[in-house]
Amino acid sequence: MRKIKSVSDLERWREVILSKQNQDGVVISVCGGTGCHAYGCKKVREEFTKVIREKGDLEKIRLRFTGCRGFCERGPIVTIQPQGIFYQRVQEKDVPLILSETIEKGKILEDLLYEDAVTKRKVTSEKEIPFYKAQDRLVLGNNGLIEPTKIEDYIGIGGYQALAKALFEMKPEQIIGEVKASGLRGRGGAGFPTGKKWEDCRKVPGDIKYIICNCDEGDPGAYMDRSLLEGNPHSVLEGMIIGAYAIGGSHGYIYVRHEYPLACKNAETAITQARKAGLLGENIFGSGFNFDLEIAKGGGAFVCGESTALIASIEGRVGEPRSKQVHTVSRGLWGKPTNLNNVETWANVPLIINKGSQWFSSIGTEKSKGTKIFSLVGKVKNTGLVEVPMGITLKEIVFDIGGGQQDGRKIKAVQTGGPSGGCIPVSLFDLPVDFDSLTQAGSMMGSGGMIVMDEGTCMVDVAKYFVHFLQEESCGKCLPCREGLKRMGEILDRITEGKGNEEDLSLLNELAEVVADTSLCGLGKTAPNPVLSALRYFKPEFEAHIHQKRCPAGVCTPLIQYSISESDCTGCGACAKVCPTQAIKGEKKQNHIILAEICSKCGSCKDVCQANAVMVQ
Amino acid sequence: MDLNSVDLIVDKYQEKRTALISVLHDVQDRYKYLPDEALKMVASRLRMDINEIYGVATFYKSFTLTPQGKYSITLCLGTACHVRGGPRILRELKGLLKIEPGQTTADRQFSLNVVNCLGVCAIGPVMMVDQKFYGEMNPIRAKRMIEKLNNKRTGVKS
Repeated sequence: MRKIKSVSDLERWREVILSKQNQDGVVISVCGGTGCHAYGCKKVREEFTKVIREKGDLEKIRLRFTGCRGFCERGPIVTIQPQGIFYQRVQEKDVPLILSETIEKGKILEDLLYEDAVTKRKVTSEKEIPFYKAQDRLVLGNNGLIEPTKIEDYIGIGGYQALAKALFEMKPEQIIGEVKASGLRGRGGAGFPTGKKWEDCRKVPGDIKYIICNCDEGDPGAYMDRSLLEGNPHSVLEGMIIGAYAIGGSHGYIYVRHEYPLACKNAETAITQARKAGLLGENIFGSGFNFDLEIAKGGGAFVCGESTALIASIEGRVGEPRSKQVHTVSRGLWGKPTNLNNVETWANVPLIINKGSQWFSSIGTEKSKGTKIFSLVGKVKNTGLVEVPMGITLKEIVFDIGGGQQDGRKIKAVQTGGPSGGCIPVSLFDLPVDFDSLTQAGSMMGSGGMIVMDEGTCMVDVAKYFVHFLQEESCGKCLPCREGLKRMGEILDRITEGKGNEEDLSLLNELAEVVADTSLCGLGKTAPNPVLSALRYFKPEFEAHIHQKRCPAGVCTPLIQYSISESDCTGCGACAKVCPTQAIKGEKKQNHIILAEICSKCGSCKDVCQANAVMVQ
Repeated sequence: MDLNSVDLIVDKYQEKRTALISVLHDVQDRYKYLPDEALKMVASRLRMDINEIYGVATFYKSFTLTPQGKYSITLCLGTACHVRGGPRILRELKGLLKIEPGQTTADRQFSLNVVNCLGVCAIGPVMMVDQKFYGEMNPIRAKRMIEKLNNKRTGVKS
């Protein structure tokens, strides 16, 4: 690898890379995101390598193992350029056919194409798929164009040009000015203006300042930071180096969850490559600016997403937050001024420097600029990562991109903001999605998890889930969070067991207020949100549990009973075969019945019944 | 117990106290859990109080102080997996293995762990067997998977 000592070095390198890429006849990209891995993409890639080698005459094919392409539910995904063909659910056995038919003869394999759920038309290219059509993939889109472990690929798509511009054409104050003017706000959850944070940190006197990237993506249901760091680590690095130059930082850390081994590995590789290329370390780009980075691994504690707890963890201590009377920009890591931003925030920085703040701020709403990546998951047809301009409505995300309901049950809410957020009912789906409107609705943007819930989801159970989640993850330092959440959990347990009473709801409200008002850190302060939003929008469900001892969604086991509809049962016996407690009786081709006293309510019978005869009441 | 590896790990991080979490990760990768002897050694090499080491080792969920089973079963109970029926799978696994999350079966074959999010939310409910992810799980598939692993052990063909 060459060492880049000037802007012209970078340009020359890029030209060499591009001319080499132009010699590639066909590029086959196999998605290597974690979702596709679960569906067996590694075998698909190995098969491609094997068959291409066997054939020998296919030298002009470049095989690329990219990061996450977003449409995880359809994995493994294979795209072919320059034809722009999008194949989904590709298996090992399809590989020889793709090579012999599509690559050699130019024939499209219909079976591997995506079928539009509405028109039933087979779609050849990514752009025509409704899931992708309404998106604006400014940050995530590059994942499909590069191999994350190859710095050459990133340079090829214009990588590190923003850094060159920042170092040679802009003063640190100018960079901060641009980021401020762009309106970029922190993508980690709270939405604090990024430029303002940088400015504050720059102004604090001190010769050592730290730059941190927060990839402790703890919100359950969100995985965009993972996919960015896995799929395009250099974009995060470039953002951090620019930030360090603007702020005056000399050393940085990427704090990664232990659960994300691939993200750690790819980031590590990227750091080594950038160092070798002279883009990290001493005298970056020959500019005289020094900055280096290392990875710090988390230990699986949700509270470490909070900045002061994260810093304690990097210092090798227990991840307990501290009071923020003195902000981390003044006194953070080892008592030095520290600037911490989230993965997605850092990845937006090169874009802003390259294209200008005016361009960036033309996207989005008045107070929320640019795009946001959401992980659209749960009870929705198309699940995956979606990147949309701020201000798009929930309806567009859930129905146009997400394709609406999954299995015949009506969608009733979407949960945003993780355990700090809340559930927004379908009646508010016209709400534009930005930092402020979601907060007004009693939820928050959070890191971007969007979990769709349908009639089969019990909102009391969801509230209980989050309270127990937070109770378990509370570090225990302050009393309101440690004890308050425990008591809230007990009340919700009672309600879901059919032992709740009228007073429970007012007590729940009261406790929620105290926990929110008196907790030390963000975890406790926002912890009651899931309960409060559920009470605000779904009170009748709580009342059904309390007064009628009934769970309308059929989730809370003490309140439900399984039975088999006489008119629908075909007597196939599939249910009896899977029942773990032998609670289902019936002769072949005769109606089957469930013996309530031995039924464990596991729901396996419902999973296997083809005739939809199993009912939950 | 061979504690040579612990020495090498501490050397790798130049005896830095601030690298404690990384040291513990490496020790756990080597022994599959954090043995008492290893922790005592880490404490003496880093010149730290053993209580402090236990404080960190028990605070972070990634660490375990008990030996793990041959197969590690990790069930994700993140929000997306929860609404798609994760708790039903947990009930099935608990019933099958007769252990609670965080425990290992008496024959040291299976360890059952529950995590709050594996970050593969689009294909939930997700279960991880050793390092491999399995998406769109349900109680029946989970049961078959455990049976298959059991059969593999006893040599019975499924």
